[in-house]
Amino acid sequence: MPSVCFYFQVHQPMRLRHYTVFDNDDQYFDDGKNAAICRKVANKCYLPANRLLLKLIDKHQGRFKVAYSLTGILLEQLESFSPEVLSTFHALADTGCVEFLAETYYHSLSFLYSRQEFVEQVKKHVNAIEELFGQKPKVFRNTELIYNNELALLIEAMGCFDAIITEGADHILGMRSPNFVYRPQGCKHLKLLLKNYSLSDDIAFRFSNRHWVEWPLTAAKFEQWVSAVNGNGNMVNLFMDYETLGEHQWEDTGIFEFVKHLPEEVLKNPDNNFKTPSEVVASYEPMDVVDVPNMISWADTERDLSAWLGNPMQSNAIHELYRLEKKVKRINDEQVLSDWRKLQVSDHFYYMCTKYFADGDVHKYFNPYDSPYDSYINFMNVLDHLQKRCTGPSLGGELGGRLSGETSSPVGTGN
Amino acid sequence: MGLNEEGSGIRVFMLGWEFPPFISGGLGTACYGLTRAMDQLGVKVTFVLPKMVESSYVTHVKLLTPASPVQEGTRTVSEYELKNVNFKTIASPLQAYATPQSYEERIEESQRLKRERVEPGQTGQDMDKAADYGGDMYREIRRYATMAMDLARTEEFDVVHAHDWMTYPAGVAVAAMTGKPLVVHVHSTEFDRSGEHVNQVVYDIEREGMERAEKVVTVSHFTRSIVASRYGISPEKIEVVYNGVERNGHWTVGEANIRRDEKLVLFLGRITMQKGPEYFLHAAKKVLEVVDDVKFVMAGSGDLMYRSIELAAQLGIGQKVLFTGFLRGDDVRRIYQMADLYVMPSVSEPFGIAPLEALDNDVPVIISKQSGVSEVLKHALKVDFWDVNEMANKIVAVLRYPPLQMTLRNHGNFEVRKLRWKDAARRCIDVYEQLLVAV
Repeated sequence: MPSVCFYFQVHQPMRLRHYTVFDNDDQYFDDGKNAAICRKVANKCYLPANRLLLKLIDKHQGRFKVAYSLTGILLEQLESFSPEVLSTFHALADTGCVEFLAETYYHSLSFLYSRQEFVEQVKKHVNAIEELFGQKPKVFRNTELIYNNELALLIEAMGCFDAIITEGADHILGMRSPNFVYRPQGCKHLKLLLKNYSLSDDIAFRFSNRHWVEWPLTAAKFEQWVSAVNGNGNMVNLFMDYETLGEHQWEDTGIFEFVKHLPEEVLKNPDNNFKTPSEVVASYEPMDVVDVPNMISWADTERDLSAWLGNPMQSNAIHELYRLEKKVKRINDEQVLSDWRKLQVSDHFYYMCTKYFADGDVHKYFNPYDSPYDSYINFMNVLDHLQKRCTGPSLGGELGGRLSGETSSPVGTGN
Repeated sequence: MGLNEEGSGIRVFMLGWEFPPFISGGLGTACYGLTRAMDQLGVKVTFVLPKMVESSYVTHVKLLTPASPVQEGTRTVSEYELKNVNFKTIASPLQAYATPQSYEERIEESQRLKRERVEPGQTGQDMDKAADYGGDMYREIRRYATMAMDLARTEEFDVVHAHDWMTYPAGVAVAAMTGKPLVVHVHSTEFDRSGEHVNQVVYDIEREGMERAEKVVTVSHFTRSIVASRYGISPEKIEVVYNGVERNGHWTVGEANIRRDEKLVLFLGRITMQKGPEYFLHAAKKVLEVVDDVKFVMAGSGDLMYRSIELAAQLGIGQKVLFTGFLRGDDVRRIYQMADLYVMPSVSEPFGIAPLEALDNDVPVIISKQSGVSEVLKHALKVDFWDVNEMANKIVAVLRYPPLQMTLRNHGNFEVRKLRWKDAARRCIDVYEQLLVAV
């Protein structure tokens, strides 16, 4: 009785503009570029995909279901740059076949650096989703599926969630299958849903790969793989970036055709159905306890944090950012708080990754920088300016002063 | 003879230039690195080079000249350690990077010295030869070609390989005489050296060499496209062979006693139009608007040196900019040890070996996007040479943020180890083999 459980991650970062040490204004973000990318992705992915899924839900009369996690930073951009996408999400919410998940509003790594900030961002996101779509998220997923036992305990302690999602990494599962519900180590009520990375990646990464032995992947073939789980699993968790549909896999790869036919193929087999994460959680009891003492994520082959925190620039940048938390919150300036939080978006640190830089492409998707070094320099210039807004321009600033070895002369007074 | 490596069997008649530390610039370094690697790969090289000597050792293997300002003890052992290389010098005042004008000045100087100092035991014939140098560089280049032909008559080789324009006529002549294929190696073009003020005679010599060659080797795609577009050479005939870097094999030591309060930003290279010294100074001016504890060092000499000193004064940063003149050997190593950052703001740089040496010495680098080396270096900061604002922005960031310096240094040092002269030599051998099969 495998249930197919789709969850799509929908996120676009707010990219910084080119900001040099000689700049001295509060305009940190590149609205032009962000708008252009947002509209481009809307046209290639969000709009056609939303319309297709609406049609499928309608066609299958409630038997086809999906879930989304929409970051707050994306919702803000859609509102400004592409409101028609937002209205199609409203239409999806109205079908009753779509579940919205909770995450950190700013798609941040705050869990690693500040529990207080983390909880504030989760609450902000829950409120935003409830306000927009009239449903209170009951399942939590952390940025990039970053997870460990402690996170699960914190989410359970927040008292408003039934389940948490993470990567079904081999090294946490051992011989166990990701196709069951589990219990996080130490939790009493919270359930754990694990991504079936093999079947998810067949769609997300391998779909258009002509060297793949299974190419071309058809809905009928995929249905057989899903049905093969029958007897050794309750569900198949297909978790992926929404941009897979039309952006990572372009329309001419046949990705929309594949999705279009998938529900009817899956539903042909009377043993199969579609469930949202909350329905899965309500339907099945935990098979076992999964112990994850160390941080995992869904990134790269390492499934660790090295894509965001793998080199000294990344850890320095994020460390300095969170060191500002107290000051930012003390001065009680909405704009400063919002700018500070937008700097927490994990993509900023991803752009600084040197791991695959020499080999080229993995981290290239809409990366506005030529190199990880440029991205660090830009980020630090912005952070330095934000720092001055927290402490007042006349004081110089702890960060700038400490790093430049100066105490008095404020930086960036040119132009 | 040629028992082990892949280059076995091939014999090269190489028209090159003096090795470091005798000359400044990358040309000698490249000739040394490439020849040494070929030697290790078992390629037999007859290495022909011009030497300004008072008497001509035309057929001698000996390299050191009495006139050399360098002391015996400081000579590298490089020439002695190359087993498969036979050095041949041709008495000639030609020098790498010379221009017709600098050549003239040098000849005048030499004539003056000669008049002042009568050498005992010098034969009249030698005097005649020396006098033959004359004041005209182009005539000297033709004379050099004739001498190279004389030399080639007694040598056995399969390929002729000529480095940069002054040796092209010699390469063409030797190839024509022997029927052996010619490879010309373009380390720089007249457009790099002179911008748009191209010397037509030099251009014509370059072009003829490229046209007459069976293969043209360029040190980057940057240069390849200049050779194709500006010289009309068919792109299929052009092969890119990147330069390498010689690992110095020592770790920076004794840094403690040169640590100062001030940071040091280094420009190291010839101070000529091609190298963009004025952009370095304008960027320095901007950096000093926001950072105080920094000094800028311009190490090198060249025709724009005095103008650069004046410019620094004009910009009001004279006390923050130091000019060291041309550095060699240990002084270069020392300045790298002191430097926090190396900047190469070249306007047009076919390759640029110096940034690799900087990285090898654990100094992070900023390089201009208009350089060949930016094609091979990922772990470097890159700017357009004219964008002094961005150059200053990046200099400030490196000075301010130790994690940036550290990451650049670690990755850069690792990356540079992969750029080896042996790979460059192998690529050249591939080129020879293509030609020899085709013949």
